[in-house]
Amino acid sequence: MSTAQNLLNAKALAETRQARFASRNRVNKIALTLSLAAMAFGVFWLVWILWETLRQGVGGLAIATFTEMTPPPNEAGGIANAIFGSFVMVMLATFVGTPIGIMAGIYLAEYNPKGWLASVTRFVNDILLSAPSIVIGLFVYAVVVAYFKTFSGLAGALALALIVIPVVIRTTENMLQLVPPGLREAAYALGTPKWKVILSITLRAARAGVVTGVLLAVARIAGETAPLLFTALNNQFWTADVSQPMASLPVTIFKFAMSPYENWQQLAWAGVFLITIAVLALNILARVLTRTKH
Amino acid sequence: MPNTVAQQPSRSKISVKDLNFYYGKFHALKGINLEIPENKVTAFIGPSGCGKSTLLRTFNRMFELYPEQRAEGTIALDGENLLTSKQDVALIRAKVGMVFQKPTPFPMSIYDNIAFGVKLFENLSASEMDDRVEWALKKAALWTEVRDKLQQSGSGLSGGQQQRLCIARGIAIKPEVLLLDEPCSALDPISTAKIEELIAELKNEYTVVIVTHNMQQAARCSDYTAYMYLGDLIEFGATEQMFFKPQRKETEDYITGRFG
Repeated sequence: MSTAQNLLNAKALAETRQARFASRNRVNKIALTLSLAAMAFGVFWLVWILWETLRQGVGGLAIATFTEMTPPPNEAGGIANAIFGSFVMVMLATFVGTPIGIMAGIYLAEYNPKGWLASVTRFVNDILLSAPSIVIGLFVYAVVVAYFKTFSGLAGALALALIVIPVVIRTTENMLQLVPPGLREAAYALGTPKWKVILSITLRAARAGVVTGVLLAVARIAGETAPLLFTALNNQFWTADVSQPMASLPVTIFKFAMSPYENWQQLAWAGVFLITIAVLALNILARVLTRTKH
Repeated sequence: MPNTVAQQPSRSKISVKDLNFYYGKFHALKGINLEIPENKVTAFIGPSGCGKSTLLRTFNRMFELYPEQRAEGTIALDGENLLTSKQDVALIRAKVGMVFQKPTPFPMSIYDNIAFGVKLFENLSASEMDDRVEWALKKAALWTEVRDKLQQSGSGLSGGQQQRLCIARGIAIKPEVLLLDEPCSALDPISTAKIEELIAELKNEYTVVIVTHNMQQAARCSDYTAYMYLGDLIEFGATEQMFFKPQRKETEDYITGRFG
């Protein structure tokens, strides 16, 4: 082939490259614009929600909000009983749901990942994970509330625990699967018994992820209204007795926000603000924990 | 005058007889017969997939973690068949330690990395444990580098230091045999040199078996070498002889790089 021919070919190749590059560049710009637009759309609503919560909520905040009980219409008061009730039920649900979830997650990831029992558990868990929370509320109503013939904080906590468990199972299993198999082998190679490998090595290596899962589950149930409507119901007064109906922030917000009374609406906004802040704090905490991984 | 240089033929620590190994249906080791001498370094060499790591992992019954893997035959440690032993596998692994290709520090402090294994088998007082940790770290030539940061995380160390930490963790429980599965393949030349020095030290007290892809490494630090290919043990002998006067053509081809 002659030199002239080579030069011509090289020029043609350079031109083709240039053209392909230009077209890739255009596609890139379009994709980037669309992605940015999608992100802006999402962030826009989020910021608006946060802003509205802040604007309406801060106005309702006062010392009395944290010290006084939910008032009758058009009287001064606070939401102390609702804050306390939410706290008690969320804590109870977390303390009940976390160990069960973690242990089931350990079974799925470490003991029998491929067995039929694990497959069935995983399938059922996925259903439970995506079950509407109102279904869980109705279930607890039918099984617990109808049986004992009273709404109670305990029934509320149980409904919330049923929401916590599948979330914790799923995250625990996933986080344990991320632990490199070499770490397990190294532990077994020292003659470590299985339970100790799991407790001291794999669970420890995955702890940031597992704790994050628990925190996200807590954040989720902190805002759940539906499962509490038929279980804990509500209570105008302060109670620490979990066998009695118990107030909670979401249910109080639901009741107060729908009312025509100005002071109730004000307190509903204060409650919304508090829940948002709490959930935000939990999410940030979860982020921090995953970042400082061992 | 009697020849004082002549080596006493060393006692066999592990003796492998008619060992067959299967990954499901795949026949990975085919009738292996091998005597691993005590207080010597034995190297397994051969191309990838030849079964050298598989053979190593039968010596501490590591394969049992995976239900589809099984071994048939005899692997006698001091005369007792490990494969049929009634002894708890944990006790076997206390006698036969293992260090892996990738450094695997546990997610805990340097001190606890060493103490973890010791606590499984011994009840030591705090000061005895301190001594043991120091002893193991000194043996693994890591003490001077970590003595001031024993409470820091083991994963904060460099790759070479992590690997020496794993060796220290292995010898802290005072095994009789140390299995090294390509311990230097993830390390730079300086760390590799340190570990090779360490291996030379260790054979005074332990029987060392090392799997390596690096022929120079096998030549440098082993006393005996086994060449494996496609699940067969092709040749086994003193390292010097294997590298300078191999008996089999296949061994020579592999060692001189004319393989394949």
